[in-house]
Amino acid sequence: MPFSTQPETGEEQNVLVATLDNVRNLSNILKAIHFKDHAICFVTSNGLKVTVENAKSLQANAFIQAGIFQEFAVQEESVTFRINLSVLLDCLTIFGTSSLPGTQAALRMCYQGYGYPLTLFLEEGGVVTVCNINTQEPEEILDFDFCSTNVVNKIILQSEGLREAFSELDMTSEVLQITMSPDKPYFRLSTFGNAGSTHLDYPKDSDLIEAFHCNKTQTNRYKISLLKPSIKALALSCKVSVRTDNRGFLSLQYMIRNEDGEICFVEYYCCPDEDITEAEL
Amino acid sequence: MKCIVTGGNVKALGKAIHALSRIGDEIYIEPLQEGLSLRAINTSRSAYACFLFTSLFFQRYQPGESGSDPDVGAFRCKVLMKSFLAVFRSLPALEKTVEKCLLSLNPRMNRFRVQLHCKYGVVKTHDLSFQECELLQAVFDKRQYAHLLRAPPRLLADAVVHFPLTLAEVTLGASPAGKVTLRSYLEEETEPSRMMVTEMCLSEEEFQAFHIKQETQITFCLKEFRGFLSFAESSNLSLDIHFDIPGRPAIFTVEDPVLELQLVLATLSESESRLPACTHKPVAPACDFTNDDIDAYMVAMETTCDGVEPSPSPTFHTRCSRSETGESESENEDTVLGTPPQKRFRSLFFGSVLSQSQAGTHSFSSQEVLAEDSEGDS
Repeated sequence: MPFSTQPETGEEQNVLVATLDNVRNLSNILKAIHFKDHAICFVTSNGLKVTVENAKSLQANAFIQAGIFQEFAVQEESVTFRINLSVLLDCLTIFGTSSLPGTQAALRMCYQGYGYPLTLFLEEGGVVTVCNINTQEPEEILDFDFCSTNVVNKIILQSEGLREAFSELDMTSEVLQITMSPDKPYFRLSTFGNAGSTHLDYPKDSDLIEAFHCNKTQTNRYKISLLKPSIKALALSCKVSVRTDNRGFLSLQYMIRNEDGEICFVEYYCCPDEDITEAEL
Repeated sequence: MKCIVTGGNVKALGKAIHALSRIGDEIYIEPLQEGLSLRAINTSRSAYACFLFTSLFFQRYQPGESGSDPDVGAFRCKVLMKSFLAVFRSLPALEKTVEKCLLSLNPRMNRFRVQLHCKYGVVKTHDLSFQECELLQAVFDKRQYAHLLRAPPRLLADAVVHFPLTLAEVTLGASPAGKVTLRSYLEEETEPSRMMVTEMCLSEEEFQAFHIKQETQITFCLKEFRGFLSFAESSNLSLDIHFDIPGRPAIFTVEDPVLELQLVLATLSESESRLPACTHKPVAPACDFTNDDIDAYMVAMETTCDGVEPSPSPTFHTRCSRSETGESESENEDTVLGTPPQKRFRSLFFGSVLSQSQAGTHSFSSQEVLAEDSEGDS
């Protein structure tokens, strides 16, 4: 019975049932990775992971652990589907995005399995909206093979310290160059645009830096157009962990505190740009 | 050149850049012995601003390179306004986070560096591309001007806010009777019935100085004036307006031991501002405006060769304070009235024009250039 609009029929058939008192706890996190229309959702008993990719070079993952939901029941070991993220977000915010008290919408989300739509019941002040969003064939996602044992450099800093830097990034520069080093300049963000170059240096003993574990000087370039969407996650987060592995792959982990004070994580992986020659340094 | 700006002065510098960005697309940077001069000129060359931050403004100010030959003229450059402005984009952020700003110009290393030392030890280093350039200088002698008004910039800022943002020009009228008016200037093509005219009247008491010899009306562009006022207003100093007959540029100055601001705006010539009805005919410039005169006018806009004359750069400051040069200059000033040949301020004929022979005899004066580049402006 594909494309059913009768959610009442056989709730027990659902492979996924999740309820949430405050829908913004889900929608806000999803906004942090909303830079493409389509996302892949993976559901396990641990929670929900939503993945968005761009140009086979960037991957963003949002993790919403089961504990965030008031009810979270998965009947299968894992459930995977692709969905239009823009539509999903439109539906989740159908009652508006205002965070004023008394304007809290609750969510019940059901999925009957492969081929079925994702059904959302949103309720605010006794008004219920039912949304059915067609699910799509899940596609293979990239495996960045970013393993914590291969991490060479890691810096955890207050998001506040990066927010201004990212919002002022010179978008005429093609790349953002990140230097992490146990010695000076420690942590440097550089752009090379039409107007000239800009370097932003953070000393390792800055109050903005919570943890500084750099073992080796690394300078890598990343496409600025790929990294720009991570601003959305940065804006919501309170802390960010910047890591690079031995291949120069970048991982940005954002710690986001939701309205109920619970912590969720959003992660961006990015491939480095082509090798830089000594002359360009 | 190397200088350090600290504390609230960083924001003041930022505000100055914002004000200059209302005038031109490029910012001219000239480190002088007495301070750092930032200048801008608009594309139609009808507005010119020069902001001089004296060495008192800086925590440290070193105009040349250390150990450089003081006889060699200062290295001047221009930077795209957009890129310089980007460094100082957010004034609130500047105030909140920036503790120290370091400007350094190193021609040998081809580097103009603006370094912002921010809270938490964060250092932002901007290496901006620049172009070497000639001296940009409007030539005028405000002592030759008949009329003077002095007022707090606030007074004028409060007056100009009432004009619509789309208004291009405003007419300032002053009469010896003690009345000052600011009025929207309407182009003659516009039908008066379809336009709104705003007029503000100010009385003599509101001015700190009021020297008006005869009733005069001058018309100048508003956008640049607004930009200048927005900065002058924050300085809490008084603003002098020097003006003369219509067509002669109006000069707005704010002076202080720390800061010297100058804005020169071309004004519409009398025939057009007074008699808008007859301007559909080919514009008849002042009757003595022959071809020879045009050539003479253009002299003022020609480019000097950089470094030909090792004399100190003739800034407004040095010119005004150097009384010994006054006499010869005033002769020159008399020969000239900057009168735009057309209705619009297409070209800028600020102040003095030197005839070729005079230029030969006064090498100091011949250094003075109105604008570095005159092509396409006639």
